[in-house]
Amino acid sequence: MSTTAQHRGSPLPVGEQYPLDERELEARARALESLLIEKGLVSSDMIEKAVHAYENDIGPMLGARVVARAWTDPQFKQRLLDNATAACAEMDIGGMQGEHMVCVENTARVHNVVCCTLCSCYPWPVLGLPPTWYKHPQYRAKIVADPRRTLREEFGLAIPGNVELRVWDSSAEIRYWVLPERPAGSEGMSEGELAGLVTRESMIGVAKAKSPIGSREQ
Amino acid sequence: MNGGHDVGGMHGLGPIIRETNEPIFHTEWERRVFGLQLSTLGPLFNPDEMRHGIERMHPVHYLASRYYEHWLCTMETNFLEKGIIAREEYGARIRQFLEDPSQRPPHVENPERAEHLMEAVRRGDSTSASIAERPRFKPGDRVLTRTISPKGHTRLPRYARGKRGEIVRVHGAFVFPDTSAHGLGPNPQYVYTVRFAGEELWGRDAEPNSTVHLDCWEDYLEAARGTRAPRVSKQRLSVKGAK
Repeated sequence: MSTTAQHRGSPLPVGEQYPLDERELEARARALESLLIEKGLVSSDMIEKAVHAYENDIGPMLGARVVARAWTDPQFKQRLLDNATAACAEMDIGGMQGEHMVCVENTARVHNVVCCTLCSCYPWPVLGLPPTWYKHPQYRAKIVADPRRTLREEFGLAIPGNVELRVWDSSAEIRYWVLPERPAGSEGMSEGELAGLVTRESMIGVAKAKSPIGSREQ
Repeated sequence: MNGGHDVGGMHGLGPIIRETNEPIFHTEWERRVFGLQLSTLGPLFNPDEMRHGIERMHPVHYLASRYYEHWLCTMETNFLEKGIIAREEYGARIRQFLEDPSQRPPHVENPERAEHLMEAVRRGDSTSASIAERPRFKPGDRVLTRTISPKGHTRLPRYARGKRGEIVRVHGAFVFPDTSAHGLGPNPQYVYTVRFAGEELWGRDAEPNSTVHLDCWEDYLEAARGTRAPRVSKQRLSVKGAK
């Protein structure tokens, strides 16, 4: 093969060039789309509507609303922990990749963090599409084996040794996400204000909810 | 399969890279690939075939490529294998778009199908199924995950094979990925959340006071006898030796 002939040393273990370059990826995506459209298997507006929904309407602001309600309504919080899919449906939140959701609560004794070591399973209806770091191999490799060190060194989140660290590897069709602890200093805030403290990272379990104290001082 | 995708516990991959203000999609092709997969998953291939198509990427390619390249690859693999597109027409079409980057795919609308897809986005599409059998395990049961190395698709990661854990929750029955990915039928069975102590998975290198929860189909599990078998069996051997 030319690849090995050009190489001065021993042959490369893998003869193909990876990954594909941007130009080729663009051409392949267009080729696939054009063939499937011509065959009547997909339509342009299917693609556009799906993209629009996840770029604009479905994202972590929905999960933040659910968390804020759970912080202010103890009965709703219990329903959320008992059956997250049904509790979210009360707020008209649900759908694809959230057919079976489980929400796990962070407390002073237990810290939960979510991952998918085999692919990138993630609760779309409450968090939207996952960030790239969640999908890339580094996070998936580390969080399951060294969760405490990973949270401390890579996310700046220190979880004391006496707090049990629970990793949830989303290996089946159940989609996990985290109910973060309500931050100190948030007493008396409205549900809408509280939702502003809830970040995507806090619902994955790699961060705590934002503190209202710092933001009030600004 | 023991593919490049099964990265739980892998070392040496480097730091987690987080992008500030990350866009949902980085390029137009990522948008189109995402929309294409949502439009075709279900009608043209199932989620298990989709995942297995990604797992079959060469590990070098898998680890070195961006996320939506995985989605593009599995659509290519599945649609070519199923004869939905032919290799020759696809190759020719790629060359056409490479030669003239100003060309775009045709624009064809089908509001009814677009609405049908959005309905699926809103309502979801579960792979759960009701079965007549009762669950074999209940919360609190000690289980042992099977030691397997199938060349096909499985959702039992390498790090959790042959490990002892405890059932913490029984979910309903779900389509079994190991058969569904290969056209061998849905074979629905119960899914259980199993809790593993860190030390059981990672030995003395485990972080103290940590657990991993993993969802396992019933075929991945067998009843565990005794409580901590690896250590117990060792002790038993030494006791026998002492006699």
